[in-house]
Formats: sequence, structure tokens, C-alpha cells
Amino acid sequence: MLKIQNLHASVEEKNILNGLNLEIKPGEVHVIMGPNGAGKSTLGYILSGREGYQVTEGKVDFMGEDLLEMKVEDRARKGLFLAFQYPVEIPGVSNMAFMKESVNAIREQRGETPLTAAEFLKKAKAASKQVQLPLDFLKRGVNEGFSGGEKKRNEIMQMILLEPTLCILDESDSGLDIDALQEVANGVNSQRDGKRSFIVITHYQRLLDYIKPDHVHILANGKVVKSGDASLALDIEKEGYVFLGQDNDEENNT
Amino acid sequence: MSEELDQALSRKYDAGFVSDIESETFPIGLDEGVIRRISAMKDEPEWMLEWRLRAYRNWLTMEEPDWAHVDYPKIDFQAISYYSAPKSMADKPQSLDEVDPELLRTYEKLGIPLYEQEMLAGVAVDAVFDSVSVVTTYRAKLEEAGVIFCPISEAAHRFPELIKKYLGSVVPRSDNYFAALNSAVFTDGSFVYIPKGVRCPMELSTYFRINEENTGQFERTLIIADEGSHVSYLEGCTAPQRDENQLHAAVVELVAMDDAQIKYSTVQNWYPGDENGKGGIYNFVTKRALCHTNAKVSWTQVETGSAITWKYPSCILKGDNSVGEFYSVALTRGMQQADTGTKMIHLGKNTKSTIISKGISAGRSNNSYRGLVHMGPKADGARNFTECDSLLIGDRCGAHTFPYIESRNPSAIVEHEATTSKVSEDQLFLCQQRGLDAEKAVSMIVNGFCKEVFKELPMEFAVEAGKLLEISLEGSIG
Repeated sequence: MLKIQNLHASVEEKNILNGLNLEIKPGEVHVIMGPNGAGKSTLGYILSGREGYQVTEGKVDFMGEDLLEMKVEDRARKGLFLAFQYPVEIPGVSNMAFMKESVNAIREQRGETPLTAAEFLKKAKAASKQVQLPLDFLKRGVNEGFSGGEKKRNEIMQMILLEPTLCILDESDSGLDIDALQEVANGVNSQRDGKRSFIVITHYQRLLDYIKPDHVHILANGKVVKSGDASLALDIEKEGYVFLGQDNDEENNT
Repeated sequence: MSEELDQALSRKYDAGFVSDIESETFPIGLDEGVIRRISAMKDEPEWMLEWRLRAYRNWLTMEEPDWAHVDYPKIDFQAISYYSAPKSMADKPQSLDEVDPELLRTYEKLGIPLYEQEMLAGVAVDAVFDSVSVVTTYRAKLEEAGVIFCPISEAAHRFPELIKKYLGSVVPRSDNYFAALNSAVFTDGSFVYIPKGVRCPMELSTYFRINEENTGQFERTLIIADEGSHVSYLEGCTAPQRDENQLHAAVVELVAMDDAQIKYSTVQNWYPGDENGKGGIYNFVTKRALCHTNAKVSWTQVETGSAITWKYPSCILKGDNSVGEFYSVALTRGMQQADTGTKMIHLGKNTKSTIISKGISAGRSNNSYRGLVHMGPKADGARNFTECDSLLIGDRCGAHTFPYIESRNPSAIVEHEATTSKVSEDQLFLCQQRGLDAEKAVSMIVNGFCKEVFKELPMEFAVEAGKLLEISLEGSIG
């Protein structure tokens, strides 16, 4: 589904990724951990095509296509979804209208007819129930006045509605209390169907109590330095990143 | 991002076509003779001509104002033609079947069919083409309710007492430079009278179209809502795409008697000029309402067109407990300049006013809000609330706010809130990551920003206004 080969990238002429390799097969859940500044969020932004991130070397194949050549919205329409670490507010645009536009843009790409308001409403209600977000959040402006946890749940609700092929969750667990964490995890687990793949970026092992990964990768200095199964995350939890032999905490996570 | 946005904002102006219509157009230039000829074309009574001439003599003594935050070369008033009318209108067609089909086609192309059966149900239209009214629909039905809706030139004949009493009563002939010019040379516009206690059975609207080259349009609208009556009125405006600037200097006067309510909405889409600022309409307009006891006037405007907009729809809250509202969306892009806002003059006790202004600037445009809130010495307990928000798209445009607050009454309360925000890269990226293209994303963000104003528009027009913003922003993102 996704094959990243020797990816080098920079932001404002500062190298962030230095030869990253990663292959994700359909249905797999990959967790990416690593110290601050390792390039975790950058990876999410590069895969989704955010402006300001320059790929200097390497290639990324997404479902048989050159991902790096595609526009942001085309990547999204092909099924790449990014759950934001800090979802932004769009005042005055109702969550409902926003998601309906989004769902229909993606349906159009797949050659499906747009959903009517009634059809959409039905799906949206089911999705909001799944992430335990009260219905009036559908009517409110996109993320407008939402708490941190509500924003994260709203992201997962969008993920459920958009039915993506590859989901990238950028620290969807940070700042959540245990209940919210469980709801986010449940939302993710409900979408695991053997075909859909996930890249879960996180700082904390605790998320992995709820989401069982197939692979765990440690990212440091812009590349994967260690890969393993879920037990790798437990080791990190106990021992930290000392094995890396360096301190990355000085750098900011972009 | 700003490059992307710039491309997105390079415009397409759908109403920019020219209709091939044979017109009778006065040679350019202005003197008393021209005014006499305009008056003669309209077959006006002597008192009307006198009124015009007095305005003209006044105008000659006045200076063109230069306080607005806009920049344009001096207008040569002798290079403008002050009257132009389709020749076919000279025979005064009695029904739509007698109207030149090319004229009807023009309105159809603009999405305003004039045959009653094809129209939006419940909306009566007065269609003004250059200097004359082409047709006013649903007149019979309105007259049943006692509502008068006709071209102002016709009203001067049929209702001389009303015209004599109210014309210039809210915006005096010598009010300002452009109002004086309008008073001298106005050609057509709409006249509305709603009798006591009547709720106008349908929306009234006037659609202004400038077609001829080198002409100015000087329309005049007068709406009188008698005691306890209600009316909702909408005006729309478009013009062909031309390289020369054209002048539009209108005057609108509203009179809301005791307990009356007038809702006046404008969707202004005059040709804005090209991206380098060539061509476009100079929209210099004076709009004012007089509110008697318990009356309410609500101005709603969506301004997306014109090279330059200079416009301050105002309310004189003379009667106790009267209410004035101003809801505005002004979008400027390319090289457009807008200096717009309102004046709320509180004279009566417990008068209230609300001002919600949303300015959106893109490209290299400049968008200014200018508003006056005046609390007179007798305005005990008067209140004003002003909210003034600016949205910037890209990094080469400007948003400016010039609030003027004058309070002569210690019991009056004035509140002013202002914000400036940018369409952020984060918002744009979120939308695109959800599969929306950048154009759709910007139009959605802008529409969200304008929501409070759009909800004040009559329903049919709220949709239209949203679409208009979409068209205006089309191609603004690469």
C-alpha cells in the first residue's frame, strides 16, 4: 500500500528526514515513536503534502502511484487521511457542512454519487455516536470552541466518515484523559477491517494498551533506527531512548 | 501560500457581457441644457425641473470630497453622458411582449427572468437599464394591497404630492457632492409606498444594469413605509466589462413612519475592473433612512463589485425606541478599493443600533470600514453595538477601520468590537487534506466568516450571495 524509500526532507533548509524507509501493507497498524524532533510529525505532513516541506531525495509509492507528485487534495481523495495533532478552527463553517463537502469530494473521486443531506446526516449521527461526541457538535463551527479532547474526537469522527485507505494519526492521544483515550482508540479499532492501514504517531506506550500494533518503529534523527513488535514500545516505556546514545530533546517537534 | 491564493483570486466576471441594443444616448457633457433635456425626456412637471436645477447650481459650488481612503484620478464630469435609454423604450411599451427581446435576454442571462410566471415566486422586480426602467412586474397584484411600486419618473406624474413631500427629505439636495449631482441628473429608480398597516405581500427588488459606454448611472430610490407597515426590498447591480471607469452615483432615501419596518438588502456586483485595476465602476452612493417612533430599518449589503466603493447606508433614529441595523459583507480583490460603513445617528430616547461589518480583502485591494455612531443629547438610554471583523487573504492587501464615536449623552452605551484575522495556511491545509480543492476551501472559509450577515438576507438571496462570493473567489487558488 505504502512504500517509502530513502526519504530525505527538509524544512526551511534544515534536514529533518535523513533516509527514511518504511513499508506498510494493507490492514497493518504501524506505530511510530521517537524523541522530540525525530521527524515524526514531519513524516505525516510530507505524506499528506503540506506546503513548506521539501523532499530532497527518495520516493514514496502509494497504491502504485508516485505520492510525492500528487496535490494535497488528490492524496486525500485517493484515501490518505491525516488526523491532526492540533486541529484548527474554521469559524462559521458548520462541522456538518464541512464534512459533507469532504465526503462528497472523496466519493466523486471514487466514482460514487454524492450523498444527499439525509443520507449524510444518518452516517454523521452514527459516527458521532461512535466517538461519543454529542450531536450538537455537528452543527457547531469546525472545531470552534471545542476542547482539546473534543477536537481529537472530531478528527476520528471525520476519519470514520471518510473511510480512508491509509490513516495517519499524529499524536491523536496527546492531551487526552483516559476516557477520551479509550474512545479515540475504539474509533480506530472499529475501522480496522484487514484492508485499511494505520500509521500511529505517539509519544506514549499507553495508547498501545488499546490499539494493538503489528509493528513499532523508533524514529530518530530522521530515520527508522529500530523496528520490532509491540514489545519494543514497552522497552521504550521502561528505558527511554537512552540506547540512541544521544539527546534529541533539545529540538522542537515541528 | 500567497502565490496560490493570488491565482485563485484572479477573477472571472460573469455579468461582463455587453448587450447589442440601439440606444439613444446624450452626447457627453453637463450643463443646465442637459438637465432640461433629461427632464424633458421624462416629461416632468415644472417643479421637478426646478428642483433639479437648484441641485445643479448647488453642486457647482461644491468640492469633490477627498477624505475617503481611496485613490483615483480626478473624474472629468464633462466626459460622461448623463442619459442613455434603449430606443425601443421611447415608444413606452405597454406589456412585456412589446419590450425589445434583446433587453429581456439581457436580464435572463443575468438570471432575472422578467416574465412573472418564471420568476421567483413572491418577488416583484423593477428592471432599470441604463437610464430607464424597462419593466416593473407584479404591479397589479401589489396595487390590490395598496402598495405602489413603480419607476420614480412615473411617480412624479402619478403621485406628485408624495414626491414633493419626501424627495430630498432624508438626503437633502445639497447633502454631499455626489448626492447633489444625483439630484440634478437622476434618471430613474424605484418608488415604493406601503400604506398604513400593510405588510407588503411580496419581496420588492430593483435590478440595475449599466450597458452603454461612457455613461453614468444616477438612480434614485425612495421608499416610504407608512405607519405600522412592513416591506423588504432588494437591489442588485451589474455592468459590462469595459476598460474605462464608469460612474454610478445613486441616492436612496427611506422613510419609516411610526411602527413601520423596512428591510433593505443590496447585492452589489458592478464590474470591479481587471486585476491591474483597469476599468470598473466608481460606486459613490448615498443611502439614508429616517426612523420615526418605534420604527426599524435594517440595511444588509453584500458588496463584491466596483473598482471603488464609497457608501455608508445610515439611519437617523429620530423617533423614540427606533432601531437601526447595518449588516455588511464587503469583499475586495485585485486592485479594488472599498470605503464603506454606516452612520447611526441616535436622536430619540431608547434608540438602538447594531452594526455587523465583515470586510474581506484579497489580492492588492484595500478595504476600509468607516462608521459613525452619534448619541445626541436627548438620546437617553440609547445603545449601540458594533462588531467589525476583517479577514485578509494573502499578504499584499489591506484592511482598515475608522470608527467615529460621538456621545453627548451620559446614559448612552456604545460598544465596539473589532478583529482582524487571516485565512491561515493551517485552515487551508485542513480543508485540502479533507479532499477539498483550495478554491472551494477559501470560499468555504469566507462564507463561514460572513455567516452572521448572510443570515440577515432574504432566503433566496442568501443563497445567491453565497454563490456570488464563490464566483468572486473562483480561480483564486492554483
